[in-house]
Amino acid sequence: MARIAGVDIPDNKKVPYSLAYIFGIGIKSGFKICEQAGVDPEKRVKDLTEEEIAKIRKIIETEYKVEGDLRKEIAMNIKRLIEIGCYRGVRHRLGLPVRGQRTRTNARTRKGPRKTVAGKKKAPKK
Amino acid sequence: MGRSLKKGPYVNPKILKKVRKMNETGEKKVIKVWDRACTIVPEFIGHTFAVYNGQKFIPVYVTEQMVGHRLGEFSLTRTFRGHAGQKVAKKK
Repeated sequence: MARIAGVDIPDNKKVPYSLAYIFGIGIKSGFKICEQAGVDPEKRVKDLTEEEIAKIRKIIETEYKVEGDLRKEIAMNIKRLIEIGCYRGVRHRLGLPVRGQRTRTNARTRKGPRKTVAGKKKAPKK
Repeated sequence: MGRSLKKGPYVNPKILKKVRKMNETGEKKVIKVWDRACTIVPEFIGHTFAVYNGQKFIPVYVTEQMVGHRLGEFSLTRTFRGHAGQKVAKKK
């Protein structure tokens, strides 16, 4: 078990895919980190040496914003939008899609589970 | 899609002229604005604009954080009063 960037302990997978378990690092950046650290991306995490892990850890620490810090930044950005009262902030406040998607149907990710309104008649069966 | 960097941000020249003049004389007057697509530039900070939303002018006081946004983003064009029969929704 390798511990990188706080709590993440992926194992048994190839290094780039394993690194992608860290919030803020995807598979693409996983490969980049491997290249920078001089680690074979085909290697599995359990086969890494201590030095390699230390190298990876250092690269992530210095060049990437991950986990809590990244989450904080995102939250701050949203908070800023809400505070200045712009359209995007309003959409965040209302929990509706921010980027101009339709809301007549769909948009369930933002709106949450359907709230069926009582009293709406069903179309008669034929 | 973003705007070409070559052109720089879109700022309505007439509005910019008015603001520059007000900055020089130091007076503060509300400027009526129809051009909602006009980007807010640092010169605008501290001024109040009355931004048209298609029906009336919404006063917008520009703060530092608003730089880079468009004037229209602060003057909403639609009013949502809730769905029929819906009890007053949660307010935050």
